[in-house]
Amino acid sequence: VSDADRVAALGSATAKLPSEVDVAIVGGGIMGLSIAYHLARITDWTIVVIERSYLVSGASGRNGGGVRMQWAEVGNVRLMMESIEMCRGLAQELGINLWFRQGGYLFLARTEAGERRLVRNAELHREVGASTRLLGPYEALELVPQLDVRDVRLAAYNPDDGVVFPWPFVWGYAAQAVRRGVVVRTHTEVTNLEPALGDRLSVRLSTGETVIAAQVVNATGAWSAGLNRKLGIELPNRPHRHEILSSEPLKPFLDPLVVDLSEGLYFSQSTRGEIVAGITMPHDRDATSTTIDLGSSLEFLTRIGRALCHILPIAASLQVLRQWSGPYDVSPDGDAIVGPTPGWPTLVQVCGFTGHGFMMGPAVGRIVARHLARRERHPMLDRWDPARFARGISGVHEDMIIG
Amino acid sequence: MTTRTFVCRCEDVTLREIEHAIELGLGSVEELKRYTGLGTGPCQGKECMSTLVQLLVDRELVAAEDVQPFTARPPAEPVTFGALATGADEPEGPASEHERGGP
Repeated sequence: VSDADRVAALGSATAKLPSEVDVAIVGGGIMGLSIAYHLARITDWTIVVIERSYLVSGASGRNGGGVRMQWAEVGNVRLMMESIEMCRGLAQELGINLWFRQGGYLFLARTEAGERRLVRNAELHREVGASTRLLGPYEALELVPQLDVRDVRLAAYNPDDGVVFPWPFVWGYAAQAVRRGVVVRTHTEVTNLEPALGDRLSVRLSTGETVIAAQVVNATGAWSAGLNRKLGIELPNRPHRHEILSSEPLKPFLDPLVVDLSEGLYFSQSTRGEIVAGITMPHDRDATSTTIDLGSSLEFLTRIGRALCHILPIAASLQVLRQWSGPYDVSPDGDAIVGPTPGWPTLVQVCGFTGHGFMMGPAVGRIVARHLARRERHPMLDRWDPARFARGISGVHEDMIIG
Repeated sequence: MTTRTFVCRCEDVTLREIEHAIELGLGSVEELKRYTGLGTGPCQGKECMSTLVQLLVDRELVAAEDVQPFTARPPAEPVTFGALATGADEPEGPASEHERGGP
């Protein structure tokens, strides 16, 4: 490996940009890099990825790393079955340890409404071949003996769900994309997009450089609304801050990621031993501004302290080491926004994943790459069409949005 | 016999691992924290931050007058969930109380 290759392995602020490219991907998170990697595998296109900061600086470096097929809507279940299947061989494919651990997801319902949701989901999962099963409170206790299940009515468990360490996913995709000739340019912001000859777009950068691209992908997640607004593009997704924390490391004791549906609480044990946890906050659905807020609050710590000590009493003596936050990219109907932008046929949106894009990244990268390169249409692309909002045909399908 | 120099004792990050990350093209405090795990253990960087910064300054990867520590994450010291659970109910505080900033 030459020095130049090594310097570029994780992207760099000085990577040389071609003046003309087939695809310019804006955003070096899981979506942008997974698309770049898959495109580089099936085409000989010239591809650049442009990241405004460093890799893992955005939501891909800030999420809880949960990967699950337990969704309420059949398209999402199938999509995540596809993504988890890809995750199984991905560490080998990318040549990096992803710390992918299939310890399952255990959903706990403490109300009648929650119980009905789990029963309905389990039926749906059975129909499509996902291995979810319903458990009584004492069966849940066998999986996680530390739980207080006194007011748990029903649990749902899927052993194929799991957790990953998000950072190496991003580095793995970046390094493999770079190996296949993709240029990953970091610390460079896209300041404008302008029409160029033949439906192409001229991508203006904060460095003063310009790249002419046949197609541009907006994979900037929570930052996409800001970029779209700058271009005069009206799409309804908005960023919203979600908080998360991690504890001191403990010897491994917790296999599944546990979700307490009543509180919107989730917690898992990372392979490093830390408990990683988040919880729904009162204003979590009020996403109206395009400004990114990455603050942390004491209110979050108080709320999660109470909820966690209730369901996992041993947590009372467990120490929190740090809290941080990351932005969800909230789509009003909970469905992603993927496809050509109304009025901008060569600007492809890949955003609006509403806090669950990381786990979908492996599958979505392949779906989008196959669509761009071969015009293959995955069934989800119709639902994700950015034009649905203007046509007034969007409807909420999914109620299993957690955290 | 091998000699290893630990820069971050909480997460067992060695000098060699930091040098490897620098060879990959990572030269900022935030990037090196994420790539090596330095500063993410119980002391949250209180021990290792100055050593890392000194190393980056010595190698002229950052200028002493420009370098910033990585974003400090609350709480300042480890606190138990039990203690946090006793906190008062509060409405969402004013914006000025929030840590706002870049990634």
